[in-house]
Amino acid sequence: MVPISYYLVLSGILFGCGVVGFLIKRNIISIFMSIELMLNGVNLSFVAFAAQWHALSGQVFVFLVMVVAAAEAAVGLAIIIAVYRNRETLNVDQVNLLKL
Amino acid sequence: MLHLALFSIFGAICVAGAVNLLVQRHPINSALSLIAVMTSLAVEYLLLGAEFVAAVQVIIYAGAIMVLFVFVIMLLNAGEEERTRGSRVAILFGIPGVLLGGVLVAWTLIQRSGTDEVALGALPGSPTIIGWLLFHDFLLPFEVTSLLILIAIMGAVVLAGKPEAETQQTGKGH
Repeated sequence: MVPISYYLVLSGILFGCGVVGFLIKRNIISIFMSIELMLNGVNLSFVAFAAQWHALSGQVFVFLVMVVAAAEAAVGLAIIIAVYRNRETLNVDQVNLLKL
Repeated sequence: MLHLALFSIFGAICVAGAVNLLVQRHPINSALSLIAVMTSLAVEYLLLGAEFVAAVQVIIYAGAIMVLFVFVIMLLNAGEEERTRGSRVAILFGIPGVLLGGVLVAWTLIQRSGTDEVALGALPGSPTIIGWLLFHDFLLPFEVTSLLILIAIMGAVVLAGKPEAETQQTGKGH
C-alpha cells in the first residue's frame, strides 16, 4: 500500500525537473522535451487523484492530455524544422528576431 | 510491501531519468532518458490500476511521440548544445528557492493527504470502462480532440513543407 501523497510528490518532482529544464536548456529540442516531461508529471497526478476519489474521469482526462501533447509535438517539431531552415541553428539564444 | 517496492524502484528510475535529461548536453541522450521516464511512469500507472492509460503511455508517448523527437534530432543533425553562463542571481536565489519550495510542497502533501492509500488494482481502468466513458460522458470532448488532431496535422504539413519560392525555383515540387 502506497499513500497517494507519494505519487503526488513524484509528479511534483517530475514537473519541477521539467520547469528547470525549460529554463536552463539552450537547445530548442531539449526545451521541447522538458515540456513533455511537465505534461507527464501532470498526467501522473491526474491518475493519482482518479485513484484517490475513485473517479475514472481522471483517466479519461489523461487520455485527452495525451492527444493534446501529440498535437503539440507535431506542430512544435514542424516549427523547429521551419526555424532551422531559416536560421540554421537550434540554439534559442540565436533566435532573437523579436528581441529589442 | 511489493507495491511500495515497485513504486520506489520505478519512481527512482523516473527521477533519475528526469535529472539525466537536465544534465545531458546532447539532445539524443535527453530523448533516451525521457523514454526511460515515460516507460517507468507506465509502471506507476499500472500500480494505480490504470491499465489502459499505461498501455497508451507506452504506445503513444514512448512510441509515437518520442519517435517523432528522435526523427527530428536525426533530421536536423542536432549536436551538443553550447552552454551559456548562468546568472549569479539564479544560482544564489534560484536553487535554494526551488529546494525550499519543493520541500514545502512535499511536506504539505504528505501531511494533508497521506491518509488515503491505494490498493493494488483498486480502480478498474480497463479499456472497456474507459471506452464506455469516452463514448458516452465525454463524447463531445472526444470529437473536439479529433478536430484538434486534424488541425495539428494540417498545421504541421504547412509549417514543415517546402517554402513556395524554393518549390517554384526547382520546378519539381508538388
